[in-house]
Amino acid sequence: MMNRNRKDTIIESLTGISVLLIIFIIVSILAITIKGGWPNLNWQFITEFPRDGMTKGGIFPAIVGTALMTLIMTIAAVPFGVITAVYLAEYAKEDSVFAKTIRFAVKTLAVVPSIIFGLFGLGFFIGFIGQNMDKIFNGGVLKWGQPSILWASLTMALLTLPVVIVSVEEAIRTIPVEMREASLALGATKWQTIKRVVLPGSVTGIMTGTILAISRGAGEVAPILFTGAAYYLADLPHSLSDQFMSLGYHIYIMSTQSANVDATLPIQFATTLVLLLLTFSLNAVAVVLRYRIRKKAK
Amino acid sequence: MINRILNKKEDPGRTEQASFARKRFRFSDWFAERFIKVVAFMSIAFVALIFIFVFREAFPVFRMDVVQNVTTEKLVPESYGEEPENGDNSKTTGKEIREARPEMKVVKPSSTLLSRDWMPVSDNPRYGIIPLFLGTLKVTIIALLFAAPIAILAAIYTSMFAKPRIREVIKPIIELLAGFPSVVIGFFALMVLATVFQDIFGYASRLNAFVGGFAMSLAAIPVIYTITEDALTAVPKTYIEASLGLGASRRQTAFHVVLPAAAPGIFAAVILGLGRIFGETMIALMATGNAALLSINPFESVRTLSATIGAEMAEVVFGDTHYSVLFLIGSLLFIFTFILNAVSELYFKNLVVRKYQSKK
Repeated sequence: MMNRNRKDTIIESLTGISVLLIIFIIVSILAITIKGGWPNLNWQFITEFPRDGMTKGGIFPAIVGTALMTLIMTIAAVPFGVITAVYLAEYAKEDSVFAKTIRFAVKTLAVVPSIIFGLFGLGFFIGFIGQNMDKIFNGGVLKWGQPSILWASLTMALLTLPVVIVSVEEAIRTIPVEMREASLALGATKWQTIKRVVLPGSVTGIMTGTILAISRGAGEVAPILFTGAAYYLADLPHSLSDQFMSLGYHIYIMSTQSANVDATLPIQFATTLVLLLLTFSLNAVAVVLRYRIRKKAK
Repeated sequence: MINRILNKKEDPGRTEQASFARKRFRFSDWFAERFIKVVAFMSIAFVALIFIFVFREAFPVFRMDVVQNVTTEKLVPESYGEEPENGDNSKTTGKEIREARPEMKVVKPSSTLLSRDWMPVSDNPRYGIIPLFLGTLKVTIIALLFAAPIAILAAIYTSMFAKPRIREVIKPIIELLAGFPSVVIGFFALMVLATVFQDIFGYASRLNAFVGGFAMSLAAIPVIYTITEDALTAVPKTYIEASLGLGASRRQTAFHVVLPAAAPGIFAAVILGLGRIFGETMIALMATGNAALLSINPFESVRTLSATIGAEMAEVVFGDTHYSVLFLIGSLLFIFTFILNAVSELYFKNLVVRKYQSKK
């Protein structure tokens, strides 16, 4: 009996240690980034352009680039995601082949490696759509058939589509059946019920999905490596066909390919801190919102 | 959900008028339904387009005949696709090469795919993906050896041993790890982990498969943890109560009752974690050293398939052989993760459902 108790204690504490280990890693990533980045994080850093061959100055264009990219991405991904979620939750019959295939496709989009989206963006948006657009509208002058903020954003929209769909569908399903019944009993049609009852009731879910998508899109680098991100630009992007600087890409390029990695170390840490703070706070908001949706469902 | 309500009305007990009201044609409703269906269909179309366009760019590899300027030192009887060994050979006989006249030769790039060198930018390019494949395998195994036990044990703690209040705190914290961008984890591995591990183990190359693998496990842990936790929580309470009622301890219940019952779900979790690691690009680019060596030593640099695409795609010529080979690597990655996902979706999910349904 004694022996069994000791074995129990050992194994139970082993599982506890695993949890502590994960939390320890999370805390140390945060602590080290804050320690390395905080001293250099000030107003100039956020509002200035890089100077002196990128060894001094700020990351203003990277922040603006990331913001613009996620904005275009949101405009493309959220309506698509919401409509697909409405279909899955309200129109699709659970066991129809069509609905099952859509679910499988969404799941596939969620697990395909992000670098594949980059390849797709290059092959489809730039190589196929962009170059054909140039041929038809631009008389063969290269404008759309090259990496740009539009193609990067659309590539990223595809990557974040499953995030939106899953959150919105979950929220739609928490709306009580009685609400729909009441609406239908008053003579509203199915579409009117969705428009006036279901969608307003799932606003929190749509917000959660949007926030999660933005956080994911702001942090991903692989899909924009060759669809629009640039190492250094002296100017902010002015049109959809311009390239852009992005926070994540900036970290990658500064820490691996910069001429003097040690000199730019404070900048790297501070940029990482900015990106981490951004995604971290977005995620925290999403966790709180989702918690409230789940609580309401119970 | 509305379907369910509307379908109820179609029961035989309905009145004539009710059915008439329901069937009255409304254009806005008809249009909305069609439109929503078309948009939903686009998700399928996107997956198909990814398939088509990644493969389309990869396909030319198998048809390309590239006429190259191959310098050979002597007139060796050649067979197609078998180049003279460069590397050591070219160093020692450097003079002879310069004297020998360049010669035109037809090379099939696809024939070098299974060679042991990845040298896409040399004069005599070879696209051997074997070292890349082995490198990916090595990193994946290391990452999975870290991620799977830690994540599964943590999930067991959360669902079986933790008090409800602590569980409410642990879950969101670990899920926050999923929100860390991989470039941040890569940066952490590059700046901190690499140095720490080098101090501990004292190996030669600072960035290697071990550091990369460990860093990737951080990306996979939340994936495995979340799905395992769901699978453990889905095991019926009656199982646990029966086991505890028979006098088993919580540990025995967790490992001998709940864990076996949730096994298919945990397999699915590990497989999705595997997919996440296999395709991870930024961590691989930043923390594995990126040298395509053919070795099984975990403390040597490796170059993974996805990192190769990420590092080289920006520098290749559009439509070039190298470009197509990178797309071919992308196709392989895509096929692999697609199969993993299909297996976990179709096989394991059904297994879980069937198991509990038959026992109820």
